[in-house]
Amino acid sequence: MSLLKEMKKGLFTSLWFVFLTFPLMVIKVDPIERVVRWRWENALYVAVGTFLMYLLVTFLMQRKNARAATETEVDADRESFIHRLIASPRQKYLLGGALLAVAIAFPFFSSSYQTNVMTTALMYVVLGLGLNIVVGMAGLLDLGYVAFYAVGAYSYALLNHHFGLGFWAVLPIGGGLAAIFGILLGFPVLRLRGDYLAIVTLGFGEIIRLILENWGEFSKGPSGISNISRPGLFGLELNLDAAIIYIYYLMILFMIVTIFIVNRLQDSRLGRAWIALREDEIACQAMGIDKRKTKLVAFSLGAFWAGIIGVVFAAKTTFINPASFTFLESAIILAIVVLGGMGSIIGVILAALILILLPEYLRALSEYRMLAFGAILVAMMVFRPQGLIANIRRTYIFEKEKSPAEKS
Amino acid sequence: MKLMKTRKFVAAAALMLAISAPVAGMAGDTIKFGVAGAHSGDLASYGLPSVNAAKLVIDQVNAKGGINGKKIEMLVEDDVCKPEVATNTATKLVSQGAEVVLGHICSGATKSALPIYKNANVLVMSPSATNPELTYSGEYPNFFRTIAPDDVQAKVDVEFALNKLGYTKIAVIHDKGDYGKGFAEFAKSFLDKSGKAEVVLFEGVTPGAVDYSAIVQKIKKSGAQAVMFGGYHPEASKIIGMMKKKRLDAAFISDDGVKDDTFIKVAGADAEGAYASGPKDTTKNPLSIKAKEEHKAAFGADPGAFFENAYAATLAMVNAIEKAGSTDLEALKKALQTEKVDTPLGNIYFDKNGDAIGVGFSVYQVQNGKFVELN
Amino acid sequence: MDYFIELFCSGLTRGAIYALIALGYTMVYGIIGLINFAHGEIYMIGAFTSFIVATVLSIYGFPLLAIVVLAGLAAVVWSSAYGYTVEKIAYKPLRHAPRLSPLISAIGMSIFLQNYVLLAQTSDFLPFPTLIPEFAFMEPVAHIVGSTDIVILITTTIMMLILTVVIKGTKVGKAMRATSQDRTMAMLVGINVNRIISVTFIIGSALAAVGGLLIASHIGQINFFIGFLAGIKAFTAAVLGGIGSIPGAVLGGLVLGLTESFATGYVSSDYEDVFAFSLLVFILIFKPSGLLGKAETKKV
Repeated sequence: MSLLKEMKKGLFTSLWFVFLTFPLMVIKVDPIERVVRWRWENALYVAVGTFLMYLLVTFLMQRKNARAATETEVDADRESFIHRLIASPRQKYLLGGALLAVAIAFPFFSSSYQTNVMTTALMYVVLGLGLNIVVGMAGLLDLGYVAFYAVGAYSYALLNHHFGLGFWAVLPIGGGLAAIFGILLGFPVLRLRGDYLAIVTLGFGEIIRLILENWGEFSKGPSGISNISRPGLFGLELNLDAAIIYIYYLMILFMIVTIFIVNRLQDSRLGRAWIALREDEIACQAMGIDKRKTKLVAFSLGAFWAGIIGVVFAAKTTFINPASFTFLESAIILAIVVLGGMGSIIGVILAALILILLPEYLRALSEYRMLAFGAILVAMMVFRPQGLIANIRRTYIFEKEKSPAEKS
Repeated sequence: MKLMKTRKFVAAAALMLAISAPVAGMAGDTIKFGVAGAHSGDLASYGLPSVNAAKLVIDQVNAKGGINGKKIEMLVEDDVCKPEVATNTATKLVSQGAEVVLGHICSGATKSALPIYKNANVLVMSPSATNPELTYSGEYPNFFRTIAPDDVQAKVDVEFALNKLGYTKIAVIHDKGDYGKGFAEFAKSFLDKSGKAEVVLFEGVTPGAVDYSAIVQKIKKSGAQAVMFGGYHPEASKIIGMMKKKRLDAAFISDDGVKDDTFIKVAGADAEGAYASGPKDTTKNPLSIKAKEEHKAAFGADPGAFFENAYAATLAMVNAIEKAGSTDLEALKKALQTEKVDTPLGNIYFDKNGDAIGVGFSVYQVQNGKFVELN
Repeated sequence: MDYFIELFCSGLTRGAIYALIALGYTMVYGIIGLINFAHGEIYMIGAFTSFIVATVLSIYGFPLLAIVVLAGLAAVVWSSAYGYTVEKIAYKPLRHAPRLSPLISAIGMSIFLQNYVLLAQTSDFLPFPTLIPEFAFMEPVAHIVGSTDIVILITTTIMMLILTVVIKGTKVGKAMRATSQDRTMAMLVGINVNRIISVTFIIGSALAAVGGLLIASHIGQINFFIGFLAGIKAFTAAVLGGIGSIPGAVLGGLVLGLTESFATGYVSSDYEDVFAFSLLVFILIFKPSGLLGKAETKKV
């Protein structure tokens, strides 16, 4: 009975989509030759495609609902599988150790392409963790994060180009400069809230990019800076393949350090102040937290990581130009944080790996690659709006017999 | 349930790795021909035509039985014109065993990808990367191109504007991109050096902006007799349209990125009288006519930007592989530098820097809806 | 002085264009608090639909007036349909999700729609037919302000007036205002909130479609990527004016357009966007909720 009804609804949906896609999918005009091509076959594909898609989505939704209705208990358990896994320190270290072993062995059983792509993914893990401090923990929506990334990259490129400074010397300088820019941005926007903050940060990101693009004497403009040296290993010049592997290990190291620091931050006084700030600014101030200082520290710390990764980025590609620092880049990093589940470290790592590796592995779809990427982004948000691994809030429940226990 | 999930996940992960892993041991049966460039994103319209061009040529070669008995296999990879993606694209192509590469489209992406190809001794030929450093610096011995570098184009345009048209006040406008700004900077320096004309305005416009009337008013105020524009045809047609709308009567002189039939199509009657430099006499070249007809038959539309350059590059590389009898970089370079090949751009070979010789440059004017070569 | 007037006029046109698109942003934001990044794409689809319909009709030899009306109508119908569908697919399931999830969904939708048009049509730039003729009576001032500029200015004014009347005077408008003030409360008094949100998307998309048609015939070309930059600028305009406020969106658009025009005219077009964004930052420092936005006072 309900199947028939679903079929009817599916039919209606597919008819709607045929109507919707009619001008763009069916008609193709050549305004010069003045000919119209009617591609009726496309209408058929759309009809069949959306009908099947509708049935699939309905089926998935029904199953999800059915499971939610009958097995709430089990479901809740499953949800926190990873959380339970890492709740016990032994399991956590075991899992971490295993992952680390896989990560270290990775370059040996894969091509340099795979290693290169994985390095990019790791860079985004760290970027995601950095932005997570600003957006996930402190709750400040930043759409211009890529500006700090650009500051880091250009500081290495320019210092290397003009003064021949090496990678390791510039690493702290790049991070520091980015942090200073973070504070510069932070000051004027202290008063802004929510989406106003978002647009100002977006504007800031664009301003940085436009200056890099137009101030040719300083940044060489759109033609970019080439021949940036790769990081050296105690003065050793590495060949390309070795350099790829070396940067990969560097990124693993950076990631571990970042995870450690961010993890410690989360539990620190500062981290708790950020979370309080995110939840309720007024209550937070009432508790005696210096709002100004807390926000500025969040901005500058977030920017610091972006600066560091910017330096790595310049060293890895050996060429940079402003085209790499567009708004879309900020949007992707933000998507990593949100998809990971705001504030959750494991979530961010997982989301970065998915979002960065996905377009690479979707290359098999050739021209449909970005179409699929957009659709997957929407689908992931629709099916997991809280993120892949939602951050659990620590709640303490006092029970009479047991000592205070953590519960999700 | 839990176990099932994990197993499924592992299986999926394994599958993904398997798909993406390079196909080893296949080399030798086919010649792997990489095509890299922007195939999505805002610059896709400059990258996709070269994929079509390569496809047309390679299909023909394969239909005839391939080169020296080997079929050519195309590997198409997108770099979105971003340097960091281009390095991934390049390592992927190298991992897959590409022996020659057509691309990349943007100079920036090409610069970041070249060291990787150089390391793997892969020949790269771009249909559209015009940055002078790419060939002049000598750092990229594996790089060739079928388009003239920025300075050559700028020189042709400047000499034409000064000597043939005799303008003394010129506004130089660019689109802030690596191609357009590069051209504009050379044009400005040549104009300054000549001492015959004054650059009254040197500015960049934002590509994709909804309206250009402010800059047109500024050109008008500067009193320029001619506008020299560095960039691509979409911005050129917008500016020239706005100039007509605002009744600004100045000549419009531009580069190879504008000498594209799409420019005339989009700008329509406004394009009439505009000048653009481009490869010599392609309109009467039988190969050029043939290439366009093939494209029309295969894809049902006129080809886009840099199509002829890409077609020529593919022909040149295929010819070099055939003559050299292998895909060894040194042998290919020798063949490219010595063997002349008929292309839509003319009968060409390459100099030791990697720039094409025989692609003469001349200035065209739009007359009655067609580019007509001026002598 | 002439130069000033010329720059002022081009700034007005530019501003009116931003305003038309910004209206859609501001309405959606006002009602569900979402930055609808796919709005620029809706505008692009409107322009594309009107391009296709206008070209087909002109091939079949319809008179200009019929082409303008039908192309405009088609653009409005299909853009609204896309706006409605996008909301149903990408935003409605996320109504109770964390605040940033719909934002990412919108970015995904924007990428999807761009590539959909790229694949279904072409990556190339296409010439947009001249839908607005050069009026003879405009000839004496044509070097300062053209026919399309006038049409754009007039249309934007009319649209804003109609929109104000709809929101202030009609039942639907009342329901919209109620929904934007307090969604739960609106539901309690019997407003079908889902329908009101759909209506908002439809109206916003229709405005974007009109914008698409006008702007495309102003600059004479389209391709699949035109929505991106226009969208960002319109969003900036909406925030500048105070997001959620309809006169604010228009004012923001005009301020932004004039700033860019004068920056180009008196400084350099290299930095027009830098000026635009700096102005935004500057204004928001002194008026944190935009020019006409209501200052949020939070009761504790």
